Amino acid sequence: MNIVKTQPKSITTESTKYCPGCGHGIVLRLIGEVIDELGIREKMILTAPVGCAVILYDYIFCDVIECAHGRAPAVGTAIKRVHPDKFVLIYQGDGDLAAIGTAEIIHAANRGENMSVIFVNNAIYGMTGGQMAPTTLIGQKTTTSPFGRTIKGMGKPIRVCELLATLEETKYLERTSIHSVRNINKTKAAIRKVFQNQLNGIGFSLVEILSMCPVGWKVSPKEAIQFIEEQMINCFPLGVYKDTE
Amino acid sequence: MAENNNTGSQIRRVLMKGNEAVGEAAIKAGCLCYFAYPITPQTETPEYLSRRMEEENRIFLQAESEIAAINMVFGASAAGARVMTSSSSPGISLKQEGISYIAGAELPCVIINVVRGGPGLGNIEASQADYFQSTRGGGHGDYRCIVLAPNSVQECYDMTMNAFDLADFYRVPVIIQNDGIIGQLVEPFEMHPYKPMFEKLPSKNWALTGCAGRDPNVVRTLYLKPPDGLEQLNRKLDERYKKIQAELRWAELSNCDKADLIIIAYGATSRIAKSAIKRHNNNGQKVGLFRLKTLWPWPNVELVEIARKNKDAKFLVIEMSTGQMLEDVLLSLMDVVPKKDILFYGMGGGWNPTPDMIYEKIAEVLAE
Repeated sequence: MNIVKTQPKSITTESTKYCPGCGHGIVLRLIGEVIDELGIREKMILTAPVGCAVILYDYIFCDVIECAHGRAPAVGTAIKRVHPDKFVLIYQGDGDLAAIGTAEIIHAANRGENMSVIFVNNAIYGMTGGQMAPTTLIGQKTTTSPFGRTIKGMGKPIRVCELLATLEETKYLERTSIHSVRNINKTKAAIRKVFQNQLNGIGFSLVEILSMCPVGWKVSPKEAIQFIEEQMINCFPLGVYKDTE
Repeated sequence: MAENNNTGSQIRRVLMKGNEAVGEAAIKAGCLCYFAYPITPQTETPEYLSRRMEEENRIFLQAESEIAAINMVFGASAAGARVMTSSSSPGISLKQEGISYIAGAELPCVIINVVRGGPGLGNIEASQADYFQSTRGGGHGDYRCIVLAPNSVQECYDMTMNAFDLADFYRVPVIIQNDGIIGQLVEPFEMHPYKPMFEKLPSKNWALTGCAGRDPNVVRTLYLKPPDGLEQLNRKLDERYKKIQAELRWAELSNCDKADLIIIAYGATSRIAKSAIKRHNNNGQKVGLFRLKTLWPWPNVELVEIARKNKDAKFLVIEMSTGQMLEDVLLSLMDVVPKKDILFYGMGGGWNPTPDMIYEKIAEVLAE
C-alpha cells in the first residue's frame, strides 16, 4: 500500500490545543508540509505570536522565539540580520499584526526585510475570548462590540494586503482562505511561494489567510465556514496583491 | 569581582564625548548589532555608531520606535549576538516591555540610559530621576538588571566593555546609567584595547541558530506548564540575583576612614560633590565620599563597614532627584546609623546642584 498523505515530519504533535473547527490547525499542517517539502526545518527560526498560536513551539520541531504582542517583525528583523543564511518565519494573528503591532509590520515591510510572514486573519481576538479585532467586520458582534461593529467610532476593518501593497519594498502579498479544500490547496501554494521567496533572496513576502474561529464567533464550525464564504471574502477579497518577481 | 579598566600596550589618549566613548567601547567589545531611535541627550551614540558599525561591517539599524529597537535587541540576543541599544528616559520607559521579556528569557544585552529630566517629556537636562526604574527592574514582573554608573568619559568607555562581559556571564540585561552631563561631557581618556573581564564566558548553546544536528532551542517567555513552571523560573532568577549581589558591588571610597561626614553620590553629582568636598578638606574638615559605581547591586556591605568605622559620622545623600537612592541608603544603614544622621540634599528631575551649593550644604551640616 502506498502512503499518499502522512503527518509532516516537522510537526511534533498528534493533537493541538486549538478549538474544534479552528483554522490554525489547518495552517499548521500546511506549514509543516511545506517545511518538509523544502527541507528547511534545520535552518528555520520561527517567531511565535501572542494569541492562540502562542505555543507553536510545542507543535513545530524547530528553533522558536516567543515574542511580545505585535513585536515579531522587529524580533525577526534582528534574527535575520544576525543569521542571513537562516530561514525566518513570522506567524501572526490579526490583533497581533494589525492592531498592537502595526508599526512593526509596516516598517519591517518598508525596509524590505527578507522574511516570510504568515498572517492568520480570523476577524477576532480568539485567545482572550472573542473581542473586536481591527479586522472585525461591520455589524459583527463580539464581546466588546455587543451591538455589532459600527463605522462611526470603531472604523472599518483594516485590509492588510492592500495597505502593505502601497509600500514599494514588499515583494509578494497574497490573500487566501482555508474554508474549502480548493482554497486550502491555494493557501498551501501561497505559503510555498512566500517561503521560496525568502530562500531565493527576493524579499518581504506575506500571505494573509482568512481563517475560522467558531468559538470566538459563537457559531458552529459549519456556520463559520459559511461566514467566511458569504461575508469575510466580500470584505477581504482573495487574490495576489503584489508579485514583483 | 574587580573591574577591568585598563590593559594592554596599545593605549591612545583621545578626546571624546561620553556618548561617543560608549559607542567605541561597544565596537571594541565585539558588539555585532546596535538598534536605536534618536532622542536627546543620547543621539551622539546612534550618530557615532551609524558610521562605525558600517566601517566594521556590523549591523546598525535605526528602528521605527524604542519599542521596536528593544525587540530587535531581544531577537539579536536570542540569535547569539552581542547587542546594544541606547536611549534617554522617555525612550527607556518605552523599552521596559522588551527589557522584561529579555530578563524573563535570560538573555544578555547592554542598554544605555542617558537620563534626562522627567516625568513626562520633562526636559533635556541631566537628571538621576530614573534610579527607581533602573534598579527595581523597570518593567512588569520580578527581575533585576545590573546597573553601572560611570562618572567620567573614561568610565563610559570601560564600563560599557564590562557591561557586555557581565551580561554574557550572568545572562541578564546590563544598564549603563548615565546622565545628560556625563553623556555630553567631552574630556580626554585612555582608549585601550578590549580585554575580557572573565577568562571564559559560558557557551551560548541556547542561541537560535537553526537546529541542525541538535534538538530545537526555544527562547521562552511564557510558562503555562508545568503548573509551577513560572515559579521555577522566578526561583532560578532569584538565586542568580543573589549571586550577583554577592559578587558585584563596586564603590569608590575617598577619605572615608576618619570622617565626620560621608557624602553618598554617583554619576555627575559625585563629580560636583568632589570639588566641594576638596574645598572642605583643604579647610581641614573631615568629609569623605562614598561614590557608587554599581547602583544594582547596591554596595550596602561596603557602606555599613564605613558606618562601623566612623561611629558618629553623619551621611549626606546627594542626588538629582527628590530622593530615590536615599531609600537604599536608609535600608543599608537601618541597623547601624540613627535615621536622624542620614540627610538628603537633592533636586528633582532636570537641574543640577553647583559645587558652591553643595559646599554650602556641607558647611551647614557640619555646623549643626
